[in-house]
Amino acid sequence: MPRRISNSQKTMTTVAAWTIGVLIFFPILWIFILSFKAEGDAIGTPLHVISSAWTFDAYGEVQGRSDYFKHFWNSVVLSLGSTLIGLAIAIPAAWSMAFVPGKRTKDLLMWMLSTKMMPAAGVLVPIYLIFRDLGLLDTRIGLVAILTLVNLPIIVWMLYTYFKEIPGEILEAARMDGASLRSEILYVLTPMAIPGIASTMLLNIILAWNEAFWTLRLTAASAAPLTAFIASYSSPEGLFYAKLSAASVMAIAPILIMGWFSQKQLVRGLTFGAVK
Amino acid sequence: MGQITLSKVVKQFGEVTVIPPLDLEINEGEFVVFVGPSGCGKSTLLRLIAGLEDTSAGSITIDGVNATDLPPAKRGLAMVFQSYALYPHMTVRKNIAFPLKMAGMSPEEQEKRVKAAAGVLNMNKLLDRRPGQLSGGQRQRVAIGRAIVREPKAFLFDEPLSNLDAALRMGMRLEITELHQRLKTTMIYVTHDQVEAMTMADKIVVLNAGRIEQAGSPLELYKNPKNIFVASFIGSPKMNFVGGQVAKYHNAATIGVRPEHVMLSTSSGPWKGTVGVAEHLGSDTFVHVNTEEAGTITARISGEVVVKHGDTVWLTPMPDKIYRFDAEGVAI
Repeated sequence: MPRRISNSQKTMTTVAAWTIGVLIFFPILWIFILSFKAEGDAIGTPLHVISSAWTFDAYGEVQGRSDYFKHFWNSVVLSLGSTLIGLAIAIPAAWSMAFVPGKRTKDLLMWMLSTKMMPAAGVLVPIYLIFRDLGLLDTRIGLVAILTLVNLPIIVWMLYTYFKEIPGEILEAARMDGASLRSEILYVLTPMAIPGIASTMLLNIILAWNEAFWTLRLTAASAAPLTAFIASYSSPEGLFYAKLSAASVMAIAPILIMGWFSQKQLVRGLTFGAVK
Repeated sequence: MGQITLSKVVKQFGEVTVIPPLDLEINEGEFVVFVGPSGCGKSTLLRLIAGLEDTSAGSITIDGVNATDLPPAKRGLAMVFQSYALYPHMTVRKNIAFPLKMAGMSPEEQEKRVKAAAGVLNMNKLLDRRPGQLSGGQRQRVAIGRAIVREPKAFLFDEPLSNLDAALRMGMRLEITELHQRLKTTMIYVTHDQVEAMTMADKIVVLNAGRIEQAGSPLELYKNPKNIFVASFIGSPKMNFVGGQVAKYHNAATIGVRPEHVMLSTSSGPWKGTVGVAEHLGSDTFVHVNTEEAGTITARISGEVVVKHGDTVWLTPMPDKIYRFDAEGVAI
C-alpha cells in the first residue's frame, strides 16, 4: 500500500521544493538579467536593475575586449581531450577491476577515490614547479594532462560501477557460444556498456568544462579556457558586473545547453545502481 | 556423441577444496542430474565440465578427447544458465543465431537453423522481440533455443527453472524432458530440487561437500539409499529418522521410514502420538505427529484423512520398508 500523504503535506513539500529550486537557480537568473544591463544600471538596487533599459552592450564589449571563441575553443579541447584520454585509460582499468578483480582491487579503488579528498591546493606548488620545468605552463597539453588526472578516479569509479552491473553469466554465455575475447568485447560487452560510457563521458565533460582551480593557476593567455575568461572580468581594477555577467552567461551557456539535452542520460548515469 | 568422463577431478579455490578427487562417467545420451544442498559443489562441477572454471587436478574427457585445458567454446557443449544470460541488446533471433555467427556460419544457414530451433520450442512469433519484452518462461525457452542451434555434444543446465513460478516450472520440466527424448543428446542438469531430479533423470548424482554420495537411477536411490544423507535428500516429504531404543530394537543406530510407508490409525499401533499439523493436499494428507517413542513423525496418507491438531493417533511403520543405518550413517 502506498504511503498516505495528506494534501497539506503535499502543499508544504511542493512549496519547499520550489523555494529551494528558485534559490539555487536565482544566481544564474540574476547573472542572466545583469548581462543585459548597462554597467551603471547593473550596480543599482534590484528594483532599478529590473526597471532599467535592456541592452546587448555588455556582450559586444566582452567579445571586443577578449576573444570569446578562442577561450571557447580551449574549453572544448580541454574538456573533450581530457575526457577521451581519461576514457581510454579508464575503460580497460575498470574492465579488469570489474571482471578480473584481484585481492587488492577494492583497496585500489578506495585509494583512487581518496585522492579526490585531498585539497588541490596542497599539491599546487609541486605541480606548478613540474609544469614550469617541463614547459607545460599555459599549454593545452599540460592542462589536458592535469584535467585527465584530476578526473580519472571518478571516471574509473563510474565505469567500474557500470561494468559491475553487467551480469557475469552473460559474458560466460558468450564464451560458451564460442566468442573470442575480441568478439565478447565487441558484440556483447560494449553494446551493453554504451549507456554507461556515454553518461560517464557527459559528466566528465561537464566537470572538465567547469574546472577552475587548475585552469586558472596553470594558464595565462594562450591555453586559457572559459573559466579564465570569466575570471578576467573580476580584475583588480574593479568589478564590471554587466560584463562579468555577460562573460559568465557565454561561458556556461554551451555546457548548460548540452546538459539540458542530455539530462536523461546524466540522471541515469548519476543514479545508476541505486535503482534497478 | 556426448560421452563425458571425469577422473580424479579436483577443484580448489585458494586453500579451500570444493571438489576433492572425484570420478564420474556420463554416458552418451544420458540425462544426468546433479543434486545436493546449496554449496555442495554441484554448480562448480558443471562449470568445470563447461570449462568456465579451471580444474586444479585431474582430467575431463569428452568423447575420448582430453578437454581439461580446452576453452569452453572448443568443448562442443552448450549451457543454459539460471539467469537465462540472454544478450539484452539483441533480438531473440540474434540471440539464438549468436553462437552460429561466432562459428562463422553463413546468414542463410543461420536463419534456417534459428527457424528450426524456434519451431521446436514453439516461439516463431517471438523472434523479433528483445529479451526485456519476454516473460520468464519465454526467456528460458530462448536460452534453450540458443543451446539447441549449436547441436552440441551435451547440454549443461545450471538450475534453469529456479527463477520460474511453480506452474511454469512444471511445464518447462516436461518440455526439457521431451526435448531430451527427441534429441537424445547427453544432458547434465543441476538442481537442488529433488522432485526435478526424480522426475527428469536417467541417473541422479547426489553430491555433498563436493563428494559423490551416491549415483544411480532415481528409483535405485529411492529404494536403496547408501546412507542417511541420500535417504534424507531423496523423497518428499523427507524420510523420518528415529534413533535410541526404537533403532536398537531393529539392531541399528538409526532407522528411517518414508512418510508414505507409515500407516495411521485412530485406534492402535506401536507409536502413539498427537497430531501437530495436518496438511491437506486433496490427493494426499501429510500428518505430522508428535510421538513419545519416535519423536516427530510425518505420515503421508493417500486421499483425505479427517484428523486435526491435538487428535490422538497411532502410527505403524511398514515392517519391510524400514531402512537401517549404522552409527556412521551408512545403510546396513
